[in-house]
Amino acid sequence: MAKELLPGQRRFTPASVGADLALIGWFVFSLFPIVWMFLLALKTPAAQTTTYFEFSPTLENFGTVLSHRGTDLTSVDFKSALITSLINCGGAVLVSLVIGIPAAYAAGRWQYKGSNDLMFTMLSFRFAPELMVIVPLFVIYNQIGLFDTKLGMVWVLQLVTMPLVVWILRSYFQDLPEDLEQAALLDGYTRRRAFVMIALPLVRPGIAAAALLAFIFAWNNYVFPLILADNNASTVTVAITKFLGGGGQAYYNLTAAAAVIAALPPLILALTIQRYLVRGLSFGAVKS
Amino acid sequence: MTTQSVRPPAQADPEIPSRADSPAAPEVPRWRRKLRPYLLSVPAVLIVIGILYPFVIGAYYSVLNYAAVNPNPVFIGLRNFVSVLGDVEFWSSVRVTATFAVVATVVETLVGVGIALLLNRSSLIGRIFEKVLILPLMIAPVIAGVIWKLMFNPQFGVLNHVLGLGSTFDWLSSHNAMWSVILVDLWIFTPFVAILVLAGIRSLPKEPFEASAVDGASWFYMFRKLMLPMLWPYILVAVIFRFMDNLKVFDAVYVLTAGGPGIATRTLQIGAFEDSIINLDYSRGSTYMFLLWVIVFITARLLVSVLGKAQRRAAGAES
Repeated sequence: MAKELLPGQRRFTPASVGADLALIGWFVFSLFPIVWMFLLALKTPAAQTTTYFEFSPTLENFGTVLSHRGTDLTSVDFKSALITSLINCGGAVLVSLVIGIPAAYAAGRWQYKGSNDLMFTMLSFRFAPELMVIVPLFVIYNQIGLFDTKLGMVWVLQLVTMPLVVWILRSYFQDLPEDLEQAALLDGYTRRRAFVMIALPLVRPGIAAAALLAFIFAWNNYVFPLILADNNASTVTVAITKFLGGGGQAYYNLTAAAAVIAALPPLILALTIQRYLVRGLSFGAVKS
Repeated sequence: MTTQSVRPPAQADPEIPSRADSPAAPEVPRWRRKLRPYLLSVPAVLIVIGILYPFVIGAYYSVLNYAAVNPNPVFIGLRNFVSVLGDVEFWSSVRVTATFAVVATVVETLVGVGIALLLNRSSLIGRIFEKVLILPLMIAPVIAGVIWKLMFNPQFGVLNHVLGLGSTFDWLSSHNAMWSVILVDLWIFTPFVAILVLAGIRSLPKEPFEASAVDGASWFYMFRKLMLPMLWPYILVAVIFRFMDNLKVFDAVYVLTAGGPGIATRTLQIGAFEDSIINLDYSRGSTYMFLLWVIVFITARLLVSVLGKAQRRAAGAES
């Protein structure tokens, strides 16, 4: 591998020390905001505006954020936003898998007329400005009563999750040797059975990774719930901005506690699927 | 968001000749075999249509005078485009968007490639850091925006304290806001470039490097002549994803500055948001978005064709 050809192949040369220092510099910059958020979330209201690292930590803020108490400034119901987020994202991922897996299989196994067009149309959703579809959806949702409903949110989060699932899984199905299914066909399996019994179990890691990554993308989305939901279907990403509040006193520690809670699910999932992340994030554009 | 393909058109005969046609396979009529991939894709196609529909409606809004105060829109041709294109604020948004997208993409790419090269060494520090590299990327941009907004606060924010800037330095003043939002974007998305390029480096073949090391080539020579050309497709994929996303940046910037102060960080998406959602002028917002979409689309086509060339070159077809 090329690694021994990079500077610092020997330990403790000036180049290797410089490289390590550069890395440490980046990671201080990279991790500091996350660490600071955790610390801030543990501070008492009296200490929230201090910028010191020594204080007596408390878990009170998490309780306050989740119990909907003491939020006279914001009146944010964070707990219900949390539950809504789980329902919206879970629903979107579920529908994406049910619809996306067959499409991904078809696109990965066969070259059929229009398959490339379909795939690239889906990929283009990744690059289209969200507001382009949101403004008409806002009008349509208001007309047909989907505004501020969880069903409406699940439907619109497809925009985020379905292309992701199809693109990731397509490359998994492409990598799956067709011989395996052919052998099953020779044994008298139907195509459908060969798919369910042979292909599907073999790409299970891919399905898990795609589902988790889709969940993260849906969870992190801000624009859709901001515009297409109000109280019933609003999510943590929208709720957290309300903690910043308007004028008057700011609840720094509560904001940080909310940020920690809202960031935890994606962070945990990301560490779980780290091995598959590259393929997922690049939508299979680069295979790893 | 069109059905434009960048690959050669699909083959006429969809069925890959295989043992599926052998007599032992269960008897399935040919037409059903041909239809299978289409049937499997039907739900996905319906979803695509369900999303293309609002997209087309949105494009249609841009030739109407549709607004909340004007619920009975009529066709007004290209008047929205004439008015938007003649508007100083629009061109300011174009400038803000272009500056943001170009600067952020270039810096993220350079730093990301640098981090990937540093992480590729087998040092203990590198192995530890590789695990946590992705963390900022997984935090929602909105939440990242909230965190940074707290840190940017001149009075209570931790940044001025740690950096010894005192309470007078304002990160989000009209003079600094652009650089601050770029800094936040850099914080969130540089890991994306880094992990893509790192995966690329790890997939490179060993032999050319060993051969030129035997020839006594310097590290920099090998980097420039061997590694960079082979890595180019990976870097380009990262650039494409980052540039497209930076052109339509919204979440973090909206939380940090809401486009302000004044119009200092008012990107095209924020401009469209103001027009459509805050002022409820749907047509004007859609015109903004349509123009942004055209910009994104043209850029995507250009970059993807460059990527195709780079991939062919890296595959050795041209060298």
